[in-house]
Amino acid sequence: MASSRRKMYFRMVTSSLIRRASRLIIAVLAIAIGATILSGLVTIYYDIPEQLGREFRSYGANLIVLPKGDAKITREILAELENIIGREKIVGIAPYRYQTVKINEQPYIIAGTDLPEAEKNSPFWYIEGSWANSDEPDHVMIGHEIAETLNLNLGDSFVVQGVKYGERAEASRQDYSAKENLQRDKARQNFNKKLFVKGIITTGGAEEGFIFADSNMLDELVGDIFRADVVECSVIADAQELENLSRVIETKLSNLLPRAVRRLTQSQDIVLGKLQALVLLVTVIVLIITMISVYTTMMAMVAERRREIALKKALGAENNLIMSELLGEGVSLGFLGGAAGVFLGFEFAQRVSLNVFGRAIHFQVALIPITIAVFILITVLASILPVRKVMDIHPAIVLKGE
Amino acid sequence: MSKSKSKQILELKNVSKIYGSLKALADINLSVNAGDWLSIMGPSGSGKTTMINIIGCMDTPSSGSVILDGLDISRENASSLTRIRRDKIGLIFQQFHLISYLTAVENVMVAQYYHSMPDEAEAMEALEKVGLKDRARHLPAQLSGGEQQRVCIARALINSPEILLGDEPTGNLDEENERIVVDIFRRLHDEGVTIIIVTHDPEVGDVAQRKIILEHGRVIQDIDQSSTFGNALKIHHEQ
Repeated sequence: MASSRRKMYFRMVTSSLIRRASRLIIAVLAIAIGATILSGLVTIYYDIPEQLGREFRSYGANLIVLPKGDAKITREILAELENIIGREKIVGIAPYRYQTVKINEQPYIIAGTDLPEAEKNSPFWYIEGSWANSDEPDHVMIGHEIAETLNLNLGDSFVVQGVKYGERAEASRQDYSAKENLQRDKARQNFNKKLFVKGIITTGGAEEGFIFADSNMLDELVGDIFRADVVECSVIADAQELENLSRVIETKLSNLLPRAVRRLTQSQDIVLGKLQALVLLVTVIVLIITMISVYTTMMAMVAERRREIALKKALGAENNLIMSELLGEGVSLGFLGGAAGVFLGFEFAQRVSLNVFGRAIHFQVALIPITIAVFILITVLASILPVRKVMDIHPAIVLKGE
Repeated sequence: MSKSKSKQILELKNVSKIYGSLKALADINLSVNAGDWLSIMGPSGSGKTTMINIIGCMDTPSSGSVILDGLDISRENASSLTRIRRDKIGLIFQQFHLISYLTAVENVMVAQYYHSMPDEAEAMEALEKVGLKDRARHLPAQLSGGEQQRVCIARALINSPEILLGDEPTGNLDEENERIVVDIFRRLHDEGVTIIIVTHDPEVGDVAQRKIILEHGRVIQDIDQSSTFGNALKIHHEQ
């Protein structure tokens, strides 16, 4: 028998919602807009660290790994390093081998690296021409300073000379003829290679004095296996995570010396903290505005339905029964608005993310029940005072027919 | 619903109602037996509505006592009055007061819901009694004034109240619908329902078994129309 009362309760609540839809649409809209902004901001709030982390990665590597002492970093160590950091957190990981070479008898440094990874680490480099790659190993990038000194332009060639790995240069001897000295220079312990300018780098930094080439080509040139002097990593992590990561690397790979680039990680944390605080503040304001909006709508709804409430009282309804009906409507409005807001909010967050960060956002499934529950709660809280007005309605006064 | 005609269902003893300096009711004494049909008449401001509000447990007297079905309701609190109203009174209003978003049958079921258990079949039966079975699924806006008032009567009767109270029940109806509603009252009276109706309309007042006339909050006339009761009904019917 109690079920027939329950059925009647739902019949009354749903009839009110469906047949008074045009009047309730404002309330649902107010809740839906609030829920849209809230769920959108929460999505952004949780996605900001990753989005902004990726954004900050365009300012260069934030973790530099050096070998201890005179040791070098081998491919095996590099692979282990990648495993420790985690591939999903790495934006770019570029090992560098530095080799002194001579061009026109002047010393320069050539840096052999994994060029695509170096590009990921340093998207801010201004390149005249284009990035070099391993498909054309003889085509390299030179710093702006070198280009000016040697008067080199895109497509120009130049010759690098140097001593192979493990060999010692032999100084020209006065008792040798010039021909003899040249022959010795061309002997097995020396290298001599013609390279072409594919790109000229302008960074405003030390990079302008280097030649950047494919690491395999450089290894071959110096007649050695892969040995890196330094590894530059761009990792998605905040300052604390980077510190932790450095400790783990140092523990697991004791011959390495990891160093977090504080200048970058700290700026990232400051900007991130401020942005998250701003998002949190806006979220709280939106919640308050939604609450006020629902409160006024419910207030208007109770005022508009004074006669109906008075009639129900005249028919013998207790105050709490009428209040439960109105709250039932409030819960339904909160549910409908909240549900609409979850999906609209994701769309909103997606658009913000695409426009601001240029990346898609992840849909948080947990936001569906959370947003709906929050908005049901907000609607109920905002409805309490208006619904309590039911107690002040006197049927004899309101229903007076004369 | 048949009741013993001798049983006293309502008694007002020295009932007064004062609003500030205004005495809406002054020392009213009245008794109504079960199954009586009483009409209360009088000019505007004579205290008709105040009286029906007190009888209908929607207001309390400033002094005096109101005995409804053996219980003095004059000193009951609001919550008790709500319960008594729910159990013993069926209300009919001049402006019908149907819930706009519920169908005719749902409007009847609302009274059941607040009283005990909603029963759609029973509500349909009540609508059938007032000739509205085929309009049961219509919303109030889709019904004529007369039909709305008949839904209101069905709602008032659904919980088998001790007294059917009507505040100007024909005040918003045309002649034809007025006749239909009065016919329903007659039928209910025949079945033993106690009816108390406030009306301005002498024709509706005359068809009652008994008529009291109020003026300035006092009963100035208490007319037993039993002798002309049948005739008045007949005349009303012929009109």
